[in-house]
Formats: sequence, structure tokens, C-alpha cells
Amino acid sequence: MAIIERPTDPAPVPAVAGSGAPAVVTPSQAYGVLRRPVSSTGWRSWVFTVDHKKLGIMYGVVAMFFFIMGGIEALLIRLQLAGPEGTVLSAGLYNEMFTMHATTMVFLFVMPMAAAFANYLIPLQIGARDVAFPRINAFGFWCFLAGGLFLNTSWFLGGAADGGWFMYQPNASPLYSPTNGVDFWALGLQITGIASLTGAINLIVTILNMRAPGMTLMKMPIFTWMILVVQFLLLFAMPVITVALFLLMFQRSFGATFFDVAAGADPLLWQHLFWIFGHPEVYIIVLPGFAIVSEVLPVFSRKPLFGYRFVVFSGAAIGFVGWGVWAHHMFASGLGPVSVAVFSVATMLIAIPTGVKIVNWTLTMWGGKIQFTTAMLFAVGLVVSFTIGGLSGVTHAVAPSDTQQTDTYYIVAHFHYTIFGGAVLGLFAGFYYWWPKAFGKLLNEKLGKWNFWLMMIGMNMTFGPMHIIGLQGQPRRMMNWTEARAGEGFFNLGFWNRVASVGSFILAIGVFLFLVNIWYTHRAKSNTPKAPLDPWDARTLEWITQSPPKEHNFDKVPTVHALDEFFHRKYEVDHETGEVRKVATAEEILAAEEAQGDKHIHLPSPSYWPIILAFALPVMAYGVIYNRLLIVVGGLIVLLAMFGWALEPSVADDSDYDPPAEGGGTNKELATIG
Amino acid sequence: MAMWLFLGSECLLFGGLISTYMLYRGRHSAELGPDQIFDIPFTSVSSFVLLMSSLTMVLAVSAAAQKDDRRTNLWLTITALLGATFVGGQVYEFTVMYREGLGFTTSLFSSSFYTLTGFHGVHVTVGIIMLMALVGINKRSRVPGDKAEVVEMVGLYWHFVDVVWIIIFTLVYLIPA
Amino acid sequence: MSTTAEHSDHTDVEHGHGHDDHAAHGEHGQHGQHGQHEEHGHKPTSYYVKVALFLGVLTALETATYWVVEELGAFLVPSLLIMMAIKFVVVASLFMHLKWDNKIFSWLFYSGLILAVLVYAAFLATFRFFTPT
Ligand code: HEM
Ligand SMILES: [Cu+2]
Repeated sequence: MAIIERPTDPAPVPAVAGSGAPAVVTPSQAYGVLRRPVSSTGWRSWVFTVDHKKLGIMYGVVAMFFFIMGGIEALLIRLQLAGPEGTVLSAGLYNEMFTMHATTMVFLFVMPMAAAFANYLIPLQIGARDVAFPRINAFGFWCFLAGGLFLNTSWFLGGAADGGWFMYQPNASPLYSPTNGVDFWALGLQITGIASLTGAINLIVTILNMRAPGMTLMKMPIFTWMILVVQFLLLFAMPVITVALFLLMFQRSFGATFFDVAAGADPLLWQHLFWIFGHPEVYIIVLPGFAIVSEVLPVFSRKPLFGYRFVVFSGAAIGFVGWGVWAHHMFASGLGPVSVAVFSVATMLIAIPTGVKIVNWTLTMWGGKIQFTTAMLFAVGLVVSFTIGGLSGVTHAVAPSDTQQTDTYYIVAHFHYTIFGGAVLGLFAGFYYWWPKAFGKLLNEKLGKWNFWLMMIGMNMTFGPMHIIGLQGQPRRMMNWTEARAGEGFFNLGFWNRVASVGSFILAIGVFLFLVNIWYTHRAKSNTPKAPLDPWDARTLEWITQSPPKEHNFDKVPTVHALDEFFHRKYEVDHETGEVRKVATAEEILAAEEAQGDKHIHLPSPSYWPIILAFALPVMAYGVIYNRLLIVVGGLIVLLAMFGWALEPSVADDSDYDPPAEGGGTNKELATIG
Repeated sequence: MAMWLFLGSECLLFGGLISTYMLYRGRHSAELGPDQIFDIPFTSVSSFVLLMSSLTMVLAVSAAAQKDDRRTNLWLTITALLGATFVGGQVYEFTVMYREGLGFTTSLFSSSFYTLTGFHGVHVTVGIIMLMALVGINKRSRVPGDKAEVVEMVGLYWHFVDVVWIIIFTLVYLIPA
Repeated sequence: MSTTAEHSDHTDVEHGHGHDDHAAHGEHGQHGQHGQHEEHGHKPTSYYVKVALFLGVLTALETATYWVVEELGAFLVPSLLIMMAIKFVVVASLFMHLKWDNKIFSWLFYSGLILAVLVYAAFLATFRFFTPT
């Protein structure tokens, strides 16, 4: 770890590097097999890190990689549908494509990208030095990576999953889906699920226990609030999908018949379990985007968030009511009239808190001095797109009209407006807004605007026409359409399919420009200057420290007096004139904080065990599919890693560092060791 | 707190498994249904054993709070042994059922029954491993009672597993299908 | 908030260095409360034995219903469920200390439990589980 406080106790007996027998046998050496990885630079400092910021960045990089993969899959789908009787993909490959597109986008892009923001920002926003369980945090990240890679190896091992992202049974049983794809899917998601569950526990404890002094719940930044709601949804939704996935695994790999109608089973069991998880999941997807815009809109409107309390409570309400509506995904499955009526009404109810949010955002902008930075553009884009998606959503809360729309492109249009418009645009707003915080440089605004407009135009061209295509009756998940049934005039399917396909490539160029922008900003010859400390005149605690923040985040944990603490330190209301005037700059505030820096800062040390433990899981999963012996091998590694973990202290002993720090020096001195 | 959150989450896991069982408990052949196959007196004894292990766990936790490592280890070991007895009983129960012809794939009832109770058994086993690891850690630690927090945490887990069994015992075994 | 879990990473800090004044987690909200566990909830052994006896008796009663299923008739299921609930609550509040601990723990745990009960009851209801056929 880069900055380690030099031990101030009488210098411990040093263990000389390389000499076989260390002078002090410390637990970490005796039982850790290997010495603690304590390097502060190079790949080791990333692979074994437990720093929430590094983990956040790694989450982001890997999620971005999967976003590109999912995007390529989407483009292949659109290529196939660009003309009649497309021949780009075979029927089987087409099925794999849309299944893996959706799975990748949902589980390997949006959720982990949200985790990236949450991991990076939550400790900073609440004035903490790390999350509550840094090693578990690292474990979560590696589970996500291991699960994601495992899932995608299925492409090379006989074919990926092809049952659609909700993998209805018995359609996805071995009879109809004979490759191992679905097995990979079930096991891979099980592994990434561990990441979500441990992440949820970790962040909830962090938020509830580690807020800076003075930060009561109602003084917490809105981003943190929304993320807290998301973590509760994850906490309670993940176990349900776990059950479903286990049943699926037993069915496919161990001969059980949970969903086999011939054996007397009820296939609705799968649908229920999946959607009990699935509906909370859609809020898990979309709330992080909401969280980000709720932070971005006020900053660029130069006004506090309108109705903070309402936004908090409506967030919590969504989190709660979201549990009672799952069966609206099953209106067409023969649930019975009473169930349909109940779930239909519940679904209309949930539109209310969502509407509250949109109203609040609009009123936040109302009368504000709006600055259209790229981040703000994305945020406004989200509000507009999500409103469209929300409206089409209400049309299928009404069960009879849903029966018309279900399984057509109308549904595809709806959920892309909500997911792409509600979640992905929010994530991009977050990239532009927090980029200087994490990397010390502002992304180029001009490229950013191109990025935004191309994505916005592309998105509307891709998904807008799908409303028409869908109402015309083109089914989703269908690899072909024919000229013969394309219809005439304005509603000609062929025309709109082509528009959608062209749109998807414009969208892709937009996303590509984002990558270009990163390269442009950070290339070696880049003349982009270091970003100012407070480039946006922001309101929350993460801006009270350096950019990028030090390893321990804050020299002194700030004391909080108000919601939007940072804003209140910069500005004061003149009681006589009622004017708001600036009383301090970010630099002054930071200097004041640093002057009172804490003397002893102990950060948890890096560790090997999280990554070892995480990568033992795919070994077991391969075992389930190919050879039961591997399960045992993987299980043994898991056991070993857990013991190693349990016996390892969270802070490395001094003797793990070489050369051991000489005692003395002032307490405040921070040294880079190792 | 983390443990409580985890247990809250586990409620939904076991809830799902129990519901699946409830849905399928009546789907079996005439001879191999719950009412024919369960041995209530036997299971009630093993339920009792698990219940008593909760008591010994409590005693371990309070010994740890009083920084009495020796007594802590004693109670932890007894708890682990009682847990092992329970798991042993379960293995025995499974073998008997298997011999009577109830395999994992015999019927929907059998699959969901074995899945549910098997999951619970795995939880108990994990608990036993944690208890043994705790004894090991305690033995090596130089500061008496410095692992009291961890003992308490494992205790919560252990009681939870017991509580789940209380529910399974009633819903699965005692209420006639 | 006095807690259990976050100290698992945390006690190690003290262990390794002998001073925990400014651990990585910051010093807010957690410190100075280590002693709290002794103050509450740790009753004498006899108390726990009595509770366990009570639970044992309940278990015996539950098992006893097995031989009188016919006699109990419609009372059987309700009485079993009630005994189950009592055992559950007793273990949770006395053995798991919810009765004495911070309310937030009860809140977290029971919200999971209640959510599970409601959701899965609704789930079984859609299968007409509760409507006699
Ligand atoms: C890059 C832009 C995107 C394009 C061009 C695109 C295109 C498509 C198309 C054409 C389908 C329909 C396939 C079919 O039914 O035959 C589809 C399905 C789907 N997409 Fe996307 N998509 C994009 C981004 C996203 C994102 C960001 C998400 C989620 C976070 C997402 C989630 C889904 C889901 C859940 C399905 C349903 C798949 C199924 O039927 O199982 N998409 N997408
Ligand atoms: Cu839904």
C-alpha cells in the first residue's frame, strides 16, 4: 500500500528481506504461506489491493469491457434484422446473441458499473477512509470478474446460453437447449451473485456505521441514499435468484425435475422465482442512474435538489413497493384473474413514486442557472428518455393492453428507453461528472458533446421505431422478418427496421467517442491540464479532498453540519441582504482540513486470499459441468483460502515490509515502503 | 451488523426453498410420500440435539465475553459435536430413505425435500467448520477473550441455523401433508 | 452502534499494532463501546438453561401431536404454527440477544423475515396453495 504510516513504537525486530528465518514469527508469516503483498506500485498493487478506490476503478474498467462486448452482440442483432431474411447469424447463434447481450448488459455491465460508482464514491461521500470490510470488497470484485469470464467461456465450449435472459423453463431444459450454455449461465450468475450480495452487506454496514461525525441520515448525500436503497434490494433479491439458479442447476446437471411438466412440475415456479428477483432487479438497474442525476442536476442548476425528502422517501417507497409487483411480467401466463388484477393495480401504484422523482428533477432545474456541461446534458437526457419509457411502461401495467404488447418489439422499445435512458445515460453523466475526481483531469467537453448527441440521436433512432415495429406485431427474439408481411406505407416494417439498425451504429459511434475522449485526455502528449480541485462548484464531501484522493481519502475526517456540507462551507447567506456569497475556496477548505490531519492512519493491508477464493469458484463450476472431481479440488481451495483469510490479520505486520521501517521520525511522517 | 444483514438475506433463501417444498410436497407416488417416509421420533431427537447445541453456543458466547478462553473452547467444541451429531443423524436419515427407494430424482417431493434439508445440512456443516476454526484461533491467540466478537458472530449464525430447523421441523415434518 | 461484525476486521488492527486510535475505519461510531456487551444480555448460565428447558418442553409437545393428530383435528396446524413461532421468537430474542441489542438489528433481521413471509405467501397464493381444492 502506497502510504503506510511509519511505525512509531520502538522499532520491531526487523525481518531481513530474503533471509530464510524471520526474527519474529508473526501470525501472518506463519500461516499466510506467503508474505503479505504490500507493494504500492506495479500490477501487484492492483491485484491484491483492498482499497475501495482501486477496486472501484477496476469494477469500472471490467464493466466497460463487458459493455463493449454486449454492444457488439447488439450490433450483430441489428445487422441481422437490418434487411429481410437476414443471414448474418444462424438461428441458433441469434438466440445465443440476444440472450448473452441481455445477460451481459444487465449483470456484467450496469450492475457492476453501479458497483464501481458506489465503491469509489460512497466512502468519499460519507467521509470514511474505506468500506467496512475491505477484503470482502476485493473478494466481491474478483467474484464478479471470475463469474463474468466463466460465463463467457461458454462461447468457446459448445455455445452460449440461448434461452433469453429470463431463461424460462422448460424452454431452457436440456431437451430444447442441449449445449452447456444454460449451465454456464446458471453457474456464472451464481458467482457474480456472490459479488452483489457481499457488496450489498459491505456497503450497508459502511453507510450505516461509518458516516462522518455529524452526518445524520437526513444529511446524507442523495447519491448515498439511493445506493443504500439499491443495496437493500440486492440484499433481499439475490437470495431468490440464488434459489432459482440452484434449482435450475439441479434440474440440468443432477436429474431433478423441478420444472418438468411431464413429471408433474409447475413451470410457473421458475417464472415466479425469477421475477420475484427480476422486478427488484429493474430498480437495482435504474436507481443508480437516478442517484447520479440527483447529484448532477442540482450542481449544474446551481440550486439544491428540490424536495430532498421527497426524493429520499420515494426512493425508499420504490424499494418497498417493488416487491409486490413481480407478476406483471407474467400476465400472459395464465395466472388467473384475481392475481392479474391485484398485480395490475400494484403496478400502477408504483408509477407514483417514480413520477415524484421526475417532478422533483424538473423543479430542481426550474429557474436555475443551468450550465449545459456534458454531464448535465446526459442527466437531462436521462430525465427525458426515462419519462418516455415510463409512459410506455404504464401502458402495459394495464393487463389487457399488455397482452397485446407482450413479446413484441414494443416491449423491447419500452425497456431500452428505461434501461438505456434511465440507467446508462445516468452512468455516462457520472463518468463526466466524477472523472476529474478519480483521475485528476477533466474529460474534453467538445468531444463530450459529440459523445452525448450521437448517443442520444442513436438511441432514439434505434429504439423509437421499435414502438412502431412492435405495435405492428413484429415479435421480439425472432431472427427474421419477411418482406411479404412487412406492410405498406408509413408502417412498413422494412423501413423502420433499417432506421433502427442505422441508429444502433450511430449509438455505437457515440460510445466509441467516449473511449476516444479518455484516450485524448490521458494520452502521453495530452495538453489537458490538471483539473482544478472543485471544477463544478460541487456540493458534497467527496470534493473536500484532493483529486484523485489520497490512499486514505481524508487527512482529517470532516465534521458535517449540513446537507450539502461542502457547499455550505463555501457559501454563506448574508442575513441582511439575503444574498448568497462565497466565503471560501475549495483550496482554502482543503488546506484547513489538512492542517489538522490525523496522526495515525491505519489502512488495511492488501491480501492474496480474496482473489484466490474468488477464482476457486469457477473451478468448482467447471466441475459441475464437466467432472465432479474438480468440485472437490475447487472446494479444497475454497476451504484453504477461507482458513488463510480467517487467520490473517487485516493489517500487515511491520515485518512484512522490507526494509522494515526504522523507528523514529515524526508521527506525521508518511512514508512509502516496499 | 453484517451478520444480521446476511441472516436477513438468508431468510429469503430458505423461504424460497421452503416454498418450493410446500408446492411440491404432495407430488409423489402413493407409497413414497412424506407421511410414509418420515420417522418423526427419530427426527424429533435430532431436533432436540440441535436445540441443545444452541444452548451450548450461548454458553460459549458468554464465556468468551468473560474472557475465559478455556471454557469458551470447551463449549465451542461441545457445540460442534452436537452439530456433528445432527448432521450424522441427517445422513443416516437420508440413507434409510434412500434404501426405501426415495432417491433425489424419484419425485418432485423427494427432489425438493432433499434440496431443502440438504441446504440446511450444508449450513450446519459450514457452522461446524467455523466453530472448529474458532477453537483454533482461540488456542493461538495470546490475548484472552480478544475474539469474543467473532464468537458472538458465529453464535448468531449458529442460532439462525437452529431457528431455520425449528421452522423446517414444523412445516416439513410435523404438519401432515 | 455497538456491533459484532465490523470488528472482525477491526480487532486485528488492535492486535497487530496495539493501538487503535485511528483505524482505517475512522474513529466514529464504533470505539469506546467494546465493553458494552458485558453490560447487557449476559445472563447467568442458569437463565439460559431454563430457557433451553422451556424450548425442549415445547419441542416435546410438538412431537407429541404426532400421536394425536386425529384428536386435534382442525387445531393441529394452528397449534403447531404457534409453538413454532414461540420457539423462533425465544431463540431470536434471548439466545440471539435481539431483546437487548440495538433495535436496528431487530429491524434489519425482521424486515428480511417479514418480507420473505409476505412475498412467499403471495407466491404460494398464486398457486392456490391456501385454497382447498
Ligand atoms: C448499445 C445499444 C443497444 C442496442 C442496439 C440493443 C439492441 C437490442 C435488441 C435489438 C434487442 C432485441 C433482441 C430480440 O428480441 O431479438 C435487445 C434485447 C435486450 N436488451 Fe438491448 N440493446 C442495447 C443496449 C442494452 C442495454 C444497455 C441493456 C441493459 C442494461 C439492454 C438490455 C436488453 C435486454 C434485457 C434485452 C432482452 C433480451 C431477451 O429478449 O432476452 N440492452 N437489445
Ligand atoms: Cu417489473
